[in-house]
Amino acid sequence: MATRHSQGLARLAVAPSVIILFLWMIVPLVMTIYFSFLRYNLLNPDIGGWAGFSNYYYFITDDSFPGAVLNTLLLVASVIAVSVIGGLGLALLMDQPFWGRGFVRLLVISPFFIMPTVSALVWKNLLMNPIYGLFAYLQELVGLTPLDWFAKVPLLSVAIIASWQWLPFAALIILTALQSLDEEQKDASAMDGARFFSYFRYIMLPHLARPITVVILIETIFLLNIFAEIYVTSVGGLAGNLTYLVYFQGLLNFDIGEASAGGLIAVVLANLVSIFLVRVIGRNLEI
Amino acid sequence: MSRIELNAVRKNFGTLSVINGVDLDIYDGGFTVFVGPSGCGKSTLLRLIAGLEDLTSGHILIDGRDVTELGPAQRELAMVFQSYALYPHMSVRNNIGFPLKMAKQSEAVIDAKVRKAAETLNLKDFLDRRPGQLSGGQRQRVAIGRAIVREPKAFLFDEPLSNLDAALRVQMRLEIMQLHKSLGATMVYVTHDQVEAMTMADRIVVLNQGRVEQVGSPLELYDRPKTLFVAGFIGSPKMNFISGALASKHGAATIGIRPEHVQIGDASGAIHATIRIAEHLGSDTFIHVDSADLGAMTVRATGNIEAAPGTALSLTLDPARIHRFDASGQAIF
Ligand SMILES: Nc1ncnc2c1ncn2[C@@H]1O[C@H](COP(=O)(O)OP(=O)(O)OP(=O)(O)O)[C@@H](O)[C@H]1O
Ligand SMILES: [Mg+2]
Repeated sequence: MATRHSQGLARLAVAPSVIILFLWMIVPLVMTIYFSFLRYNLLNPDIGGWAGFSNYYYFITDDSFPGAVLNTLLLVASVIAVSVIGGLGLALLMDQPFWGRGFVRLLVISPFFIMPTVSALVWKNLLMNPIYGLFAYLQELVGLTPLDWFAKVPLLSVAIIASWQWLPFAALIILTALQSLDEEQKDASAMDGARFFSYFRYIMLPHLARPITVVILIETIFLLNIFAEIYVTSVGGLAGNLTYLVYFQGLLNFDIGEASAGGLIAVVLANLVSIFLVRVIGRNLEI
Repeated sequence: MSRIELNAVRKNFGTLSVINGVDLDIYDGGFTVFVGPSGCGKSTLLRLIAGLEDLTSGHILIDGRDVTELGPAQRELAMVFQSYALYPHMSVRNNIGFPLKMAKQSEAVIDAKVRKAAETLNLKDFLDRRPGQLSGGQRQRVAIGRAIVREPKAFLFDEPLSNLDAALRVQMRLEIMQLHKSLGATMVYVTHDQVEAMTMADRIVVLNQGRVEQVGSPLELYDRPKTLFVAGFIGSPKMNFISGALASKHGAATIGIRPEHVQIGDASGAIHATIRIAEHLGSDTFIHVDSADLGAMTVRATGNIEAAPGTALSLTLDPARIHRFDASGQAIF
């Protein structure tokens, strides 16, 4: 496949899909950029024309904006922390030989296959509901006042739901990597006098650096614009992130211009985070 | 620099009995080779000595101390694995220094010892590379380097050369033998290659189905195999086995004769045979013949002999070189 001829042919062959993908990306992006400079409010269709940077200005100076950025970052950071650390622990456990391991693995991965909306509903109504939720029942059982999760700790609640979904993903990726770790290295390190902690620190963790990096990058992409969990649990007003703020401007205030500006600001933030991540952990992907 | 004793060592994996009561005395400073067919338990026995597997029963003593219950690190042995088992994300320097780091030695000591090992093994120019950037032979040396820095009581090798090409294998074989000489250390070496066993060992332990068949010097095993199994396993090409009338004439159930102890003559001799195929090695010719009396036989002739398939010839067995075995496969001396 490395001759010049075959490369040219390959380019020709992939061109249609690349072009479609490119249009798929560029058309909405250009439209969003265009809208973000317009006065475009569905409640005031008469007012139109160019808005300059005022949409951006209003979005950034909105009272909810700093909180939304903070919530976005907190959500990403906390869910990644929980899923990577918890996933590592789970993967270590699931890597041990025990009876029914295949079944347990299947169970552990299943939350990942549940739609975010559904899992948010389940958490909201069956588990975290202060009146008939399971947690409330358990708290009453030991004589505590039930916690009204979504009112008192909205961000934490969303983080818990999202962690529940992403933990299996991290665990599965890390488990797969663990299983590709050469058994003889464990033996060799045992001969060299490494106890479990040293083995973990010097052999296992470096081996897992790459899958953990992949987990962090993928989760960041998805968690930066997490929406369903916030929307379904109706905590947007208390713990909304940037995505929620864009939704709020666009579909509750009907200000398409400002929503578009917000969307682009979210894109910029996502890029900043990605650049930061690639700088910090990206080299794990090389070699 | 240690003596290792195995007393009635047994190992079962579940219901599968892999090592069936091995008694063995590995002398101080010797080069002991375990040979045997694939799956006979060589690696398992080595891993039992290393402490990587728990014994089902029996005892292992190192310098008279019972180490049966000790972990691999406390036994102070070093092992070189077939796949080298280098740590891929560490530099060669850190790979070699890892056991010292685990032993909490100071940076200066580690550095000095790593340098010395690298010098011995010609690895000085590669210290900052990763294992992935080395050739097979260099990786092998790093694995050996990691073993020698700890100054272990004994070295355990599990088929360390089987991933190398033929030329490199010969070279590394010499290097390991030299290392053995210069360190004067006890070495236990597992291989299924009987040429390696014959050339390197001062004592060979032949294993078969988890049992020790025979222990002895290479020439002892070659000249006086105690069982049919050892007779067939040691020596290449394989010893010829003959049963039936000729064997009974020698008072045995089976007699064996090595290909090099069979002479060929013209078709007028006592035992007739025809050539099936000949392998020319230049220095030797291996002639595979069919004989009505003896069945299929292999003959080794020195030099390059003309041997066209289908040619009739006669065989003469050197009577002094005939090995006799009883019905249970034990040698009759
Ligand atoms: N961890 C294990 N669990 C179950 N059976 C095992 C295990 N390790 C080895 N065995 C079995 O024990 C027997 C001996 O294995 P071992 O690895 O010692 O053979 P070997 O003599 O080293 O063979 P080879 O020359 O192919 O390396 C084999 O039948 C193998 O299937
Ligand atoms: Mg083996």
